Amino acid sequence: MKDVTQTPDFDINGYIRLDQMPHFLCPGCGHGIALRALLWAIHDLGIEKDKLAVVSGIGCSGRLSAYIDANTFHTTHGRPLAFATGLALARPDLHVVVITGDGDSLAIGGNHLIHACRRNLNLTCMMLNNEIYGMTGGQVSPTTSADRFTTTTPAGNTEPGFDACRLAEAAGASFVGREVTLQVLALKDLLQRALEHDGFSFVEVISDCTEIYGRKNDLGASPEMMMSQKASMRPDAYRNTVDVPFRPNALATGILAKVDRPEYGQALRAANARQQPAGKG
Amino acid sequence: MTRTMNMQGNQACALGAIEAGCRFFAGYPITPSSEVAEQMAAQLPKVGGTFIQMEDEIASMGAVIGASMGGLKAMTATSGPGFSLKQENIGYASGAEIPCVIVNVMRGGPSTGMPTRPSQGDIMQSRWGTHGDHPIIVLAPASVAEAYHETIRAFDLSERLRVPVIVLIDEVIGHLVETVDPGEAGQEHVARTFASGPAEGFKPYAITDDLVPPFPRPGDGYRSHTTGLTHSETGFPTQNPALAAAALNRITDKLVLHNDLIERWRVREADDADILIAAIGISARAAEAAVTKLRAEGIMAGLFRPVTLWPFPEGALLGVIDKAGAKALLVPEMNQGQMIREVERLVAGRLPVHGLNRIDGEAITPADIIARVREIAP
Repeated sequence: MKDVTQTPDFDINGYIRLDQMPHFLCPGCGHGIALRALLWAIHDLGIEKDKLAVVSGIGCSGRLSAYIDANTFHTTHGRPLAFATGLALARPDLHVVVITGDGDSLAIGGNHLIHACRRNLNLTCMMLNNEIYGMTGGQVSPTTSADRFTTTTPAGNTEPGFDACRLAEAAGASFVGREVTLQVLALKDLLQRALEHDGFSFVEVISDCTEIYGRKNDLGASPEMMMSQKASMRPDAYRNTVDVPFRPNALATGILAKVDRPEYGQALRAANARQQPAGKG
Repeated sequence: MTRTMNMQGNQACALGAIEAGCRFFAGYPITPSSEVAEQMAAQLPKVGGTFIQMEDEIASMGAVIGASMGGLKAMTATSGPGFSLKQENIGYASGAEIPCVIVNVMRGGPSTGMPTRPSQGDIMQSRWGTHGDHPIIVLAPASVAEAYHETIRAFDLSERLRVPVIVLIDEVIGHLVETVDPGEAGQEHVARTFASGPAEGFKPYAITDDLVPPFPRPGDGYRSHTTGLTHSETGFPTQNPALAAAALNRITDKLVLHNDLIERWRVREADDADILIAAIGISARAAEAAVTKLRAEGIMAGLFRPVTLWPFPEGALLGVIDKAGAKALLVPEMNQGQMIREVERLVAGRLPVHGLNRIDGEAITPADIIARVREIAP
């Protein structure tokens, strides 16, 4: 593992498609911070843009791929991990990054997430968690906090939310981490570790939907939302506990799981080689 | 030296795919198509390909498209409910123009239906299964040998025209064992045209005379964007009415422009047929036997068999009708009447069109067809 280095001279303009600006994210949305952190990590790792493939799903998170100057694929709702699995197996020379959201990967795409975690193919999955379906106007998501108002929970949310990191870890992800957008440098470092990891890495970014979710729940503008997110983080929130099956009020941040186990692509290629006729391959 | 082999229809689809250059298969177990996946799992690694069993039908379609985005020829196979589940991603491949082949071994429906029994219930779903107007090609082999060769042609068309191609067989063809002559070894097959030339100003969905833009392979320097959103020539989403209409019309028009490559049909005793039978798959095989017997008893029957089911070979059908001076049409199919709707639309009342339908899980027999022809014979 390389030492994570900060490069204050990082210029995001070298990694985004300026002709696609202005972007369509709302003022105050945390997704842009996550995008910057991701591109910064990619820059510091020296990943060539030509060898970078970014696969996204549907929702606010899904639109980010269009802004990245790389090989980008905006796929169907919930399915970016499935597309990325095919792409990464077909092209092990590419660095494949998936950008998804809480609805995209925990609801409609939940099956693909747990199986990607189990399989351990070399992919980095950045899940932007803003607790809401923002693109469609603010419906409850699998991570919406208890009692919060959304357009489909007019009396407050009564469903418990997923703790996405515990889900990913339990499903076998060999790298799991979480960070808030306020901690840009920590987020960039976390994403850099995830990108370096040989196997499936899952990073949950606690983002803020100021315009829709924040407004409807009187959570303040973006600075207030981000400060309260930071305040709700507790590094050891669920370490060594087994009694918090769903999303607790306090979330752990940083690298939450990291294990070495066989990377799926290499294992599959080795198995395939054993099936080749003698004298070939 | 003959290379003729005995094989099952599902196996023929797998071996035809490998011959065509397929090097990626993602699938999910489902009756009666599972043998395609099993064959691919056994055979693909031997040619340096990749097989993966995904977590569900949707994921297997997604992985196939992902592999094709990476530049590989890729295929999946499914049946009934699995074909329903794949439809959204098939639409993505159609709109984003990602080549891929889908083998659909039809079984009875609706819902779980009769998994081990034959059906031709997906004739309309194969054309209109995904939402919105979209281009798609559907090939309908009627023998094991044809399953082999039409699967090769499915790849050729998909790669040439950047369109999903469905190989639509019924359970009888899928599980039938017949001989296949694969032809000469070392044949050339269609290779996708990858973009070349300067990346500066490259438009991944340029509207050219060919109407099929070259494919920008990741890693080749184009760094283009692919989306299921309606996009302009740049590949980026647009809601400009003129650009949206041009893009959507191009992907439909490309099939019209290249119809000579796509269209394929076969006839038997059609030149002087009073009663023309239009059928696909195992129903067409029954019709072939029926035509021979009907002719022996003096009834001038003939067969028109679309090998390319969609786009339906409409000019060919009307030409055969006119040439023969046919007086009636019969459409035997293992559903409640799907292909007959297309035939009636084309014939537009010029001659009577009769149906013969079975939905009981049994194949249509030559005796069924002979009895029906006797009923409708002029």
